[in-house]
Amino acid sequence: MSTHTVTLTVNGQEHTAQVESRLLLTHLIRDVLRLTGTHFGCDTTNCGACTVLLDGAAVKSCTLFAVQANGKSITTVEGMAQNGGLHPLQAAFREHHGLQCGFCTPGMLLSALDFLKKNPDPTEEEIRWGISGNLCRCTGYLSIVKAIKAAAKEMAAGGK
Amino acid sequence: MIPSAFEYYAPGSVAEAIALLKTHGDEAKILSGGHSLIPLMKLRFASPAVIIDINGIPGLDYVKEEGGFLKIGALAREASLESSPVVQQKFPLIADVVKVIADPQVRNRATVAGNLAHGDPANDHPAVMLALGAEVELTGPGGSRTLPVSEFFVDLLETALTPEEVLTEIRVPVPPAGSGGAYYKIERKVGDFATIAVGSQVTLDSGGRVTAAGIGLTNAATTPIKATDAEAYLVGKSLDDATLEEAGRLAMAMSDPSSDSRAPAAYKKAMVKELTIRTLKRAAERARGGQA
Ligand SMILES: Cc1cc2nc3c(=O)[nH]c(=O)nc-3n(C[C@H](O)[C@H](O)[C@H](O)COP(=O)(O)OP(=O)(O)OC[C@H]3O[C@@H](n4cnc5c(N)ncnc54)[C@H](O)[C@@H]3O)c2cc1C
Ligand code: FES
Ligand code: FES
Repeated sequence: MSTHTVTLTVNGQEHTAQVESRLLLTHLIRDVLRLTGTHFGCDTTNCGACTVLLDGAAVKSCTLFAVQANGKSITTVEGMAQNGGLHPLQAAFREHHGLQCGFCTPGMLLSALDFLKKNPDPTEEEIRWGISGNLCRCTGYLSIVKAIKAAAKEMAAGGK
Repeated sequence: MIPSAFEYYAPGSVAEAIALLKTHGDEAKILSGGHSLIPLMKLRFASPAVIIDINGIPGLDYVKEEGGFLKIGALAREASLESSPVVQQKFPLIADVVKVIADPQVRNRATVAGNLAHGDPANDHPAVMLALGAEVELTGPGGSRTLPVSEFFVDLLETALTPEEVLTEIRVPVPPAGSGGAYYKIERKVGDFATIAVGSQVTLDSGGRVTAAGIGLTNAATTPIKATDAEAYLVGKSLDDATLEEAGRLAMAMSDPSSDSRAPAAYKKAMVKELTIRTLKRAAERARGGQA
């Protein structure tokens, strides 16, 4: 019982893999499925670089076992772009300098995506609480908050 | 960090989970939110041979008001307290605490039941549930038993759960009219465990006198503390400055924190007193219908 077959949908595509029960979800995504947009930072549930959506909810994939994703649907940063164009959040991060080195960015984007779904018209303060599970050592957060605010407007206007 | 190898089971019902616990005894661990257990396994502070993942059991993720209680099912996540209208309207103490537990991603996974079952005095829900006079339902091979939460915490990381039991429901009595609560937590940064924290709940009569009080202390000893001396002292009194001061002192006297990387014990003790005073004031404001 320590090896399992898991079937999960990642960015709309179904995958099946044989995994050891102790394999972390991050490692399934990065090392088995080779989707390296999901970053692996602290390995201690603090930095948020490994954030993905699990059935729509932002989670830290370093703190779930891959077997727990059996039958579930996952969105990684690779799944954000739509019809070849950047997602409004990605476009806003580019426009407002929401990234420098980019290490925190995939996790930031997915946290912001989950957050804006629950709170489509947030204040700056609410945005800061919304990304409190994601650390950035480059930007000082100002430009990230600005980008999320701009994306919220864009998404409301575009009905996304 | 890679945990030790383990056998993994995903039962489809509570009965199945209990049967697995019965078979594997204390080799086995229940996995709910996994946000205490998985970090411990990665550090190899815990190496259970068998993991029983209860996340696939249907019907356990409720937060509802029923029969005079707020009922929280075993798989209710912290995030579902944030979005629960009952919690936001009738339990300001719970609404306060959930905001300062970890961060949004952790709250999407971590369960309230797991927060209690872990038996960690640094967790925030134990003190809150002590202040609110909650009870827990523990289900084992012979059926269910109900225990006041004040009898649940036995020692550091040790609870009244036997190796064959699952914590299936938390029941919090709905406070009567004229009640309010508040939680204050001193933390080094957002999402950190408490350096020290206090939760208070009071009910006031029309004359402003306390008819019931509950006070819980987080990270103030090897178990979560119910400051019963302060609670008993407050009944029948008005919350003037001298009364608040004495309640703070009594709560402090029941605390026994240890020095650690977060703060020395003397500071923590002083803060138990101060936060008891502040939370009682805020709880009373809310009880009088002030800003929630
Ligand atoms: C980065 C980070 C920050 C955190 N910050 C805070 C914080 O500020 N405040 C706070 O209170 N907590 C904090 N936590 C802890 C978090 O809330 C945990 O998730 C919680 O303590 C445990 O709940 P869980 O559902 O994740 O349980 P698990 O990790 O799945 O289980 C914990 C223990 O309880 C047992 N268990 C779980 N559920 C049951 C059940 N239903 N019946 C019987 N036994 C059970 C398990 O076997 C295990 O021994 C933090 C965690 C992380 C990773
Ligand atoms: S790698 Fe998962 S939170 Fe840092
Ligand atoms: S852009 Fe470098 S960590 Fe955020």
